[in-house]
Amino acid sequence: MKFTEQHEWLKPEGDEVVVGITEHAANELGDIVFIELPEEGKTVSKDDEIVVIESVKAASDIMAPVDGEITEVNEAIVDEPGKVNEDPMGDAWFFKIKPSDPSQMDDLMDEAAYQQFIS
Amino acid sequence: MSDLGRTPLYDLHVELGAKMVPFAGYEMPVQYKLGVMKEHLHTRAKAGLFDVSHMGQVILRHEGGYAPVAQAMEGLVPVSLLPLGEKRQRYGFFTNDAGGILDDLMMTNRGDHMLVVVNAACKEADIAHMKAGLEGVEVAEQRDRALLALQGPAAEEVLEPVAAGCDIMKFMDTGIFNSDFGELWVSRSGYTGEDGYEISVHATHAEALARHLLAHDAVEPIGLGARDSLRLEAGLCLYGHDIDETTSPVEGNLAWAIQKVRRPGGDRGGGFPGADRILNELDEGTPRLRVGLAPEGRAPMREGVQLFANEEGGEAIGHVTSGAFGPTVGAPVSMGYVPAELSRPGSRLYGEVRGKRLPVKVTELPFKPANFKR
Repeated sequence: MKFTEQHEWLKPEGDEVVVGITEHAANELGDIVFIELPEEGKTVSKDDEIVVIESVKAASDIMAPVDGEITEVNEAIVDEPGKVNEDPMGDAWFFKIKPSDPSQMDDLMDEAAYQQFIS
Repeated sequence: MSDLGRTPLYDLHVELGAKMVPFAGYEMPVQYKLGVMKEHLHTRAKAGLFDVSHMGQVILRHEGGYAPVAQAMEGLVPVSLLPLGEKRQRYGFFTNDAGGILDDLMMTNRGDHMLVVVNAACKEADIAHMKAGLEGVEVAEQRDRALLALQGPAAEEVLEPVAAGCDIMKFMDTGIFNSDFGELWVSRSGYTGEDGYEISVHATHAEALARHLLAHDAVEPIGLGARDSLRLEAGLCLYGHDIDETTSPVEGNLAWAIQKVRRPGGDRGGGFPGADRILNELDEGTPRLRVGLAPEGRAPMREGVQLFANEEGGEAIGHVTSGAFGPTVGAPVSMGYVPAELSRPGSRLYGEVRGKRLPVKVTELPFKPANFKR
């Protein structure tokens, strides 16, 4: 698993990568009430704002962690945003992306570095 | 946050794991371990305990008793206070010469004096306003008292053993109770739309009282985050957001608080700041009105969202003054100002969120029916 400074986790699955937000991020945001996901098939660039996530108090954006194509989005969390607070690291993944430049993943943090980052 | 004030319950909040934030010059708990949503739902299901000690408690005294105080206050608020029964509390607002609202407040007839509770953000200005405007009246802020709110269907069962006899109080009744925590000034009122009490306690007993109430199974500590979503579902105004110096009580949809006797033709009609505008608006209506707004999708429409009459084109015709997600209604809830001709419930408008116009319907307030003990 890899991590970004914006508290996203990335899990490679074949030539796709599953992306979600970390437990730390979910706790910081508080109860999540609304999520807007990008369209499947959309091509995105690293740092594009592609997800809107609203907690009880405020709205946040999630940025594309790498360049690539959105292959699948998790409708379950759009229907029940609270799932992100319950299982942010598993069932409540946000989207799957096919990176166009897999080497971009090398710059991201591993688990140990992320734990260090948030401490 | 070093030059912020602290209430007598600060240490307790920290001990309970509260996330503290600056609010109206104080360090206040925005949420505890349950989080905003669960705290909101718990309050409506059982009982929530809120620290609202940052608010101002002020005693107004005149050697002639309650009547001269009430008379003087009627010169500052467009509300009928003279006939207010002993131990009864009433809602009102200070107005300015332009007919806008300076603050909203609660006033109680305490037999030989009046007790006033004002918002924290306006406390200093309100006290100065009363000192300048109430001739012959002593204006004394009660700085040695804390204020707690116990709200929810279980509130009566929780408070009765502490303040014996509070169970027979009806909505907007008040009483003074001798308790194990000193003298408690209790009103059956609140800011959530639920049954409940607001309890003034001497600062030295505040923490002990709070701990005692929290020890009851039904009670959880509730922060300002849930306080906001609760009052929003209840359709209640937040001063500085839904009402302010530019909004008259009539356009703020608070004309219900202006009794007939203070209106045009009433025995004590007018005689308060901004009466020209307000009395005229009571007769003629206002160009805009505060209404409930229910976004038709899932995206919340927050303060500042501009409202349009059509999906495309045209200028903004109104704006959102408060908005969030309502955990009890399970949907976004908002309030804002719209033109009078579009203020009928069911009118479809569009709110611009992140550059897109999303449908929103004007709706009756409250979003969630009240549970007051009538």
